[in-house]
Amino acid sequence: MRRFLPLLVLVICLTGSGALAPVFAVQPDEMLEDPALESRARGLSAHIRCLVCQNQSIDDSNAELAADLRILVRERLVAGDSDQQILDYLVDRYGPFVLLEPPTTESTYLLWYGPGALLVVGGLALAVFAWRRRRPEVTQPLTAEEHARVKALLDGAADEGKET
Amino acid sequence: MRRLFFLLPLLGALFLIGWLGYPILAGHNPQVLPSALLDKPVPAFDLPSLEEGDGSVTSTELATGAPVLLNVFASWCAPCRAEIPLMRRLVDDGAITVYGLAYKDEPKATRDFLKTLGNPYKRIAVDRNGRVGIDLGVYGVPETYVIDGQGRIRYRHVGELTRSVVEEQLIPLMREIAG
Amino acid sequence: MIAELGHLALIAALVVALVQTLIPLYGAAVADPRLMAIARPAAMVQFLAIGISFAALTQAYLVSDFSVVNVAMNSHSSKPLIYKISGVWANHEGSMLLWVLILALFGAAVAAFGRNLPLDLRARTLAVQGLIGVGFLAFILFTSNPFERIPNPPLDGNGLNPLLQDIGLALHPPMLYLGYVGLSTTFSFAVAALLEGRVDPAWARWVRPWTLAAWCALTAGIALGSGWAYYELGWGGWWFWDPVENASFMPWLAATALLHSAIVVEKRGALKSWTVFLALVAFAMSLLGTFLVRSGVLTSVHAFAVDPDRGLFILGLLAVAIVGSFILFAWRAPKMESGGMFRPVSREGGLVLNNLIMSTAAATVLIGTLYPLALESMTGEKVSVGPPYFEATVVPIMIPAILALGIGPLLAWKRANLKAALIKLWPSYLATAGMAVVALVLLGAPVGAILGLSLAVWLAVSVLVEWADRIKLFRIPFGQSASRAAGLPRAAYGMSLAHLGMAVFILGAVGETFFSSEVVRYVDPGDKIEIAGRELVFEGVEHRQGPNYVAEVGIFKLEDGEVMESERRVYPVEQTSTTEAAIRPRAWGDIYAVLGEKADNGRSTIRIYVKPLVLWIWIGCGLMTLGGLVSLADRRLRVGAPGKRRAEAWTPAHAGMDAGDD
Repeated sequence: MRRFLPLLVLVICLTGSGALAPVFAVQPDEMLEDPALESRARGLSAHIRCLVCQNQSIDDSNAELAADLRILVRERLVAGDSDQQILDYLVDRYGPFVLLEPPTTESTYLLWYGPGALLVVGGLALAVFAWRRRRPEVTQPLTAEEHARVKALLDGAADEGKET
Repeated sequence: MRRLFFLLPLLGALFLIGWLGYPILAGHNPQVLPSALLDKPVPAFDLPSLEEGDGSVTSTELATGAPVLLNVFASWCAPCRAEIPLMRRLVDDGAITVYGLAYKDEPKATRDFLKTLGNPYKRIAVDRNGRVGIDLGVYGVPETYVIDGQGRIRYRHVGELTRSVVEEQLIPLMREIAG
Repeated sequence: MIAELGHLALIAALVVALVQTLIPLYGAAVADPRLMAIARPAAMVQFLAIGISFAALTQAYLVSDFSVVNVAMNSHSSKPLIYKISGVWANHEGSMLLWVLILALFGAAVAAFGRNLPLDLRARTLAVQGLIGVGFLAFILFTSNPFERIPNPPLDGNGLNPLLQDIGLALHPPMLYLGYVGLSTTFSFAVAALLEGRVDPAWARWVRPWTLAAWCALTAGIALGSGWAYYELGWGGWWFWDPVENASFMPWLAATALLHSAIVVEKRGALKSWTVFLALVAFAMSLLGTFLVRSGVLTSVHAFAVDPDRGLFILGLLAVAIVGSFILFAWRAPKMESGGMFRPVSREGGLVLNNLIMSTAAATVLIGTLYPLALESMTGEKVSVGPPYFEATVVPIMIPAILALGIGPLLAWKRANLKAALIKLWPSYLATAGMAVVALVLLGAPVGAILGLSLAVWLAVSVLVEWADRIKLFRIPFGQSASRAAGLPRAAYGMSLAHLGMAVFILGAVGETFFSSEVVRYVDPGDKIEIAGRELVFEGVEHRQGPNYVAEVGIFKLEDGEVMESERRVYPVEQTSTTEAAIRPRAWGDIYAVLGEKADNGRSTIRIYVKPLVLWIWIGCGLMTLGGLVSLADRRLRVGAPGKRRAEAWTPAHAGMDAGDD
């Protein structure tokens, strides 16, 4: 049974199963009159993970829990909560997992600073590489074998000229 | 020194394999989310009881001095139906006490549901709009919470209760809590 | 009977793949040409055997043979013909069969077109290709047999998820696999080179067409998948940073880096060990993608039916491939002598910068995708890494790449005059500044949009400047310029097209991200909907019968009289429903309308988007793919084009001689 579970989740999240008709993400009756608050609500929703369809935000998800959370977010906005207060409210209940943008804490330093560190380390490595490569090319006399290859090459190049 | 540099990818590869292999070997299921409220008191609620004329069910009531289970269920959820017989048997044996939270369900539908399957719950709180569910961090029904004698959440199981879950996880934990 | 034949052919393929691996490797070790020569026919026979097997499964789908479990689970007799065929690879077992088919196809192609490869390099390359085949054929035969029978076949099948009954998704997996698996060839070449301990410009020249072919397919495959998400999922998104999408994006970034570093090896004999490393990494990333999709360690909206045992098996294959090849790398790569010198400011320098940024981007996507898994294993903490993270990291990392991309192609090999290049780019500065002013003043755009649009214009104009510079436009008589233009190598045009494609892609992505509008509301028939200065009329809902579904059709009329129809389909067999968005694609932007469910108040819910420039996202991807194909058609790169003698004569010295022409 476990093998089919994810497919089931996919079906519910993206289509709604037979009995449940597909539902859009945001419903007209959920939306707030005040366009400024509504746009804050949309922005916040895009940062909150739907816990049923785990890779969607509640703004995209068709799941019922996502709808409940969208309404909750709007209620708290109307009640005058700041964006951060709303996110904290959800984290208290669902844990940091609910945030699609992970907070910068000790356990996510590597996540947030890793890419920058890689770029810097890579850049430094390249600078060292370039510094060492800066020396002019040392010319060494050709060996007899190399002489033969150069000759073969030059002949080959001449042939090539004829071909084209 | 230069050679060591070329060993880096190999170290990275070994790290990656361990990183990816461990969760599979440990039987990790990415869908399961532990409760954010572990070791915290059950969020305060005061909801009507399913029984008419039975007053209300409150969160303080769950702190009984002994561990209890809080089962979040609904009549529209198939696994909830499947786990009721098991809970009834355990309640009849006196192994557990279960409170119910009827999550986003018509009280009448809940009553009909329990009429056909039997009622394992000591009392049932009706969470009609699912707000207490959100306070608890419910993200799928059924969910079962182990509550200790002081009313703190000690464990959450998401999904259907099976004999092995109850015997290997819930009951040992409840014994441990009861001391 | 035919299913058993398919199964048998698959077993035969495994045996042949073993032969293809062991005998040529041994032959190459003892320098026995007869043993090495076995690689070629073996690769072809392996392809033939898997081809028979694949044909057998396809036949089972075509005739709806429900005694085969795989067909019963994933097909239905009422399904349209094309989706019976695509049903073959719309499930785990069948898609793995397609995977090995393409793997064997690339093996056979190397065998067929690689006549002029040195015998030992060819033998070793095909042997490694054979070894990958052994691994995956064993995986199919032991864990995912598509030919398994049911004793009591059902009367009809379970059908195919209606979301997958779509032409975009029928083509997306084969295209993506051509890309993923195509990188196996590069991997095999790299391992063979490490076994020989020799990487030279000739090697790079042989590897580049295969990389290029795989890269083109990967680009097209990713674009198809994103296009499908856009029109089929009904909310107009085109990229979600889902783990499975990231799994295709990582090899794309690695392959893009490889494509560029291989040029440096080819022209200058430098960056050898780095290029070999990238070739190994690109395929490792493909394997990682295969693992992520099928093991279930991450949640994803796309996942196949997952099974931990299969996950472990693929992880084992991944482990053998990367640990084995990296041991070889640690052993052999330090001995590779570095080739031509170059100054930091040079074409090589630009390509190195590209590599730095592409690799960092790939590593960032890798970190972001796997971080939740690692953190949970180590500390038990659960975090989500979603689109906001990737947008905040990958996008800024790419900005310097786009800036440098405008300049790089104008730099000469070895040592370049940066000042001269910057002076040549004056039209780019004018155009970029102009765009920024227009975006700021006329459109009142947010900072991100101004930056994005300016970057797109910067890149596009710089590509044109570079082309004009090559043909000395306006500096010599026009006729001479025209003949220079005609005489430019195709690889040069390929590069310009691909870079232009990138600019076009950015334009589309910025337009969609920053300028989209959306209206969600309830409507009655006859209601007018205003959006982004346009007006639609909702005409009402009709009911229709499709081949294997019933549909409610929402009809919208635009002000120019054109009618758009969005469907809500219910598939009775699969017991699911889908929405089909109504999309009117135009260059300036799409109108995208979706019919939702009937609300409790009896009215219809509708959602209308205007998505400016969104089409250019896929036109951009198309241009990139086309650029790759044009480059692939270059005479000097054509697979197997150089004669045997010439093939062996390619050395850094010769490559240096034609360094200036590209």
